[in-house]
Amino acid sequence: MSPSIEVTRLVKRFGLKNVLRGLDFQVQSGEFVALLGPNGAGKTTFLRILASLSRPTLGQVRVAGHRLPEQSAAVRRRLGVVSHLPLLYGDLTAEENLQFYGRMYGVPNLNVRIQEVLDMVGLSTRRRDLVRTFSRGMQQRLAIGRAVLHDPDVMLFDEPYTGLDQDASEMLDSVLKNVAAAGRTVVMTSHDLARAEDLATRFDVLSRGVIAASVTRTDLQNSNLLTFYKQALAG
Amino acid sequence: MSTSYLRAILAVTWKDLTAELRSRELLSAMLVFSVLVLLIFYFALELDVQTRSEITAGALWVTFAFAGTLGLNRSMAIEKDRGCLDGLLLVPVDRSAIYFGKALSNLAFMLAVEAIVLPLYSIMYNVNLFYPGLLGVTLLGSVGYTAVGTLLSAMSVQTRTRDVLLPILLFPVIIPVFVAAVKASGGFLNGAEWSEIIPWVNILLVYDVIFIAVAFMVFDFVIEE
Repeated sequence: MSPSIEVTRLVKRFGLKNVLRGLDFQVQSGEFVALLGPNGAGKTTFLRILASLSRPTLGQVRVAGHRLPEQSAAVRRRLGVVSHLPLLYGDLTAEENLQFYGRMYGVPNLNVRIQEVLDMVGLSTRRRDLVRTFSRGMQQRLAIGRAVLHDPDVMLFDEPYTGLDQDASEMLDSVLKNVAAAGRTVVMTSHDLARAEDLATRFDVLSRGVIAASVTRTDLQNSNLLTFYKQALAG
Repeated sequence: MSTSYLRAILAVTWKDLTAELRSRELLSAMLVFSVLVLLIFYFALELDVQTRSEITAGALWVTFAFAGTLGLNRSMAIEKDRGCLDGLLLVPVDRSAIYFGKALSNLAFMLAVEAIVLPLYSIMYNVNLFYPGLLGVTLLGSVGYTAVGTLLSAMSVQTRTRDVLLPILLFPVIIPVFVAAVKASGGFLNGAEWSEIIPWVNILLVYDVIFIAVAFMVFDFVIEE
C-alpha cells in the first residue's frame, strides 16, 4: 500500500532563508503523527505545503496519491485542515458556515451531513448562533466540523490547542480522537507534548528544517516523550 | 461553465451578502462616506445651474470611486480575519470562481450605494439623473471598477499596508474607466449626440471585457502566497 503522505527532499526557501532543508517524511494510511519542534522549526510552513497553500521550492510532495502542486485540486478534495485560526465567518451562524463550505465542496445531502457534523462536535444546540458569539473552544470545535464536512482521508492540524483553556482542550481531545478513530490519516503540529503523547501513534521532531528524529508509540513505551524530544533537539 | 463552478461562485456571493446584511459594516461605511463627500461638494462649491450640470458626472464618479475603495478593502479584509482566506483557498474549485463570487458581491454593494447616492444627489442639486443611458453607464463603470478592484484588493490584502496600498494600485489602473464613465455620463446629462457618447461607452465595454478576462487568468497567481 502506498503511503498517504510522501515527501522527498523537500526544500522551502523564503528569499535567502532556507526554512525546510531537504526534508523526508512519510505517513502511512490511518497513522496519527504528531509533528513536534521548537518555534521557527518550519512546522507551519511544512503543513502549508502539504495543504497546497504554499509551493515547495524543491523536492517531491504527494498527498493522498496526488502530486503537489500540480494536482492540488485533487489533493484539496481529500484534505481537511484545522489551524489555530478557525477559518470561519463571524457574521454567519454555525449552520451557515457549514452550508457555505458544504456548497463549495459539493457535499451531497448537505443538511443531513451538517446535522451529523454538528452532533459530532457537540454544537447542535448552537447551530443558529453567530460564530462571533462562540467561545474560542467552540469555534475550534466548529472548525474541526468544517474540516471533516466533506469526509476527507487526510487531516492536518496546525497547533489546534492554541488559546484554549483546560476544559476546551479536553473537549477538543475527544473530538480529535473521534476524527482519528474514523481511520483518517492525521498530522498534527503541537507544542503540547502531553496531549501529543495521548493522541498520536508516531512522534516526529522537526528541527532546523529536517526531521531530526522519529519514534512510534510502541517504541516509546519504556521511555518518555519529553526525554526523546530533548535528545532529538540536542542531537 | 460547470455546475460546481457556478455553485462555488454563487456560494461566495451568498456568503458575502448574508454576512453583510447581518453586520451592515461595509454598506454603512460606504454610504456614510458617500453622503459626506456629497455634502463637502455641496458646501465647498457654490455652483450656478450651468456649472452644476458640467461637474455632476465628475462629482458622482469621484464619490463612487472613493466609496468603492472602502468597500473593496473591507470585503477582502473580512477574508483575512480568522484565516478565512485560507479556508477559501483550500476548497477544491478553480480559484477564479472565488474571484467571480467576490466581484459579484462587490458589484452588488457598489450598486446598492449608487442606488441611494443618485437620488440623493438629484435632490441636493436639483439635477435629473434618471436617464436610462446614464444608468447603463453607471452599471458598466461599476462592473469595470469592481473587476479591477477585486483583483487588486486580493493582491493588496496579503500585505501589511493593504489599506494604503489598494488605492495606490487601483486608481492608476482605473483611469480609463473613470475618464470614459465621466465623459459618457456627462454626455447623457448635457444632451450630447449619441455619436459623441458611443466611443466612451465602447471604451467602457472593452475595458470591462479585458479586465474580467485578465482577472480570470491571473487570479490564481495573485491570491497564492
